[in-house]
Amino acid sequence: MNHHLRGPQLPPSRGPLSAAVTAYLSGTGPLPRPADAAGADPYGDDAQLALYLCYELHYRGFAGVGPRFEWDPELLRVRGALEDGFLAALRADTPGHDSLDDALGALLVEPVEGTGVTHFLRDEGELWHLREYAAQRSLYHLKEADPHAWVLPRLWGRAKAAMAAVEFDEFGGGRADRVHARLFADLMADLGLDTAYGRYLDAAPAPMLAVVNLMSLFGLHRDLRGALVGHFAEVEITSSPGSRRLAEAMRRTGAGPAAEFFYDEHVEADAVHEQVVRHDVIGGLLAEEPELAGDVAFGIDATEYLEDRLARWLLTRWRAGRSSLRTPLEAQMAHTS
Amino acid sequence: MPNESADDRARRITMRRGGPLLVEGPVEIELEDGTTVSSDRFRVALCTCRRSRRYPWCDTSHRRKG
Repeated sequence: MNHHLRGPQLPPSRGPLSAAVTAYLSGTGPLPRPADAAGADPYGDDAQLALYLCYELHYRGFAGVGPRFEWDPELLRVRGALEDGFLAALRADTPGHDSLDDALGALLVEPVEGTGVTHFLRDEGELWHLREYAAQRSLYHLKEADPHAWVLPRLWGRAKAAMAAVEFDEFGGGRADRVHARLFADLMADLGLDTAYGRYLDAAPAPMLAVVNLMSLFGLHRDLRGALVGHFAEVEITSSPGSRRLAEAMRRTGAGPAAEFFYDEHVEADAVHEQVVRHDVIGGLLAEEPELAGDVAFGIDATEYLEDRLARWLLTRWRAGRSSLRTPLEAQMAHTS
Repeated sequence: MPNESADDRARRITMRRGGPLLVEGPVEIELEDGTTVSSDRFRVALCTCRRSRRYPWCDTSHRRKG
């Protein structure tokens, strides 16, 4: 009876909340009570997957799940409880900078001896690390810049024009073969990964889900437009040097030309985007709504906090010679580089 | 960027202390050795510190190290 067969499969659940949301979307069971959602570990696998399932209905949905679930009031109530828990945890745990200038200033200093994930991958990364990295990052990159498009109606004037210009670049400048999500699919193909949207959702650990859920949270709430802009600034400012290290890792391991090109393109594109976002998107927004400066700083700091958690997760496992994924990747398919 | 009036007005170049020159694209740049590079991006960031490994494009190498 259900004709909505496109989209990824619903993933296996990771606990009672995600099991109940999955059952509800499949028409086989009731939702969790909002009180249950409120009591869960906000960073844990179960709550993060439940939230991810709710958010994904706003992007491409799931095979067999009717598109009208996107605005199902009962589901939105559960989503709201999950969001409240996530946001409260972030506000409590995120080490906040005193001012937006401090938050931005910290991002603009390049560590002399970096210890992050991209440094690890540049210096010691093997192909299997790069494949794991790309598989879980695909949760975002296959919808790259999509959550940020939701902020456009909430901006105007200089901020809107600048944000739209950066998004135009992210979406390939009018050319389908240059859409960044497409460039990432090409990278995945070089790495012998499956490029199907949503394919690695089940493999991705909670810290990766949290990074993507943060963007959806900020993007879907007008109330959090300042945080979305701060989040976007964090991504664009840190992208250029990080992408250079990843491009070097792809070159050193012979990952393939598309894998190198994705990060080479981001070195150059994001050196521009950073300037535009800092001066025109943030500058334009705060010229209109100066009271949002604290929210912009929160968006930066919350993004850094969740990226640090993900980095710890990845590096702890990789340094111990273990997989960072919940389910192992299939053996690498042959490619022609 | 699709902007029909782009050719009618002066091209804006934005200068940033300690950072790149921002130039409205598309651009074609002639380098010292006579070769040219081009970009059709809506805006390009041109390296002024000469440290970029993707010269003439900025790659954020001007950033302070800490």
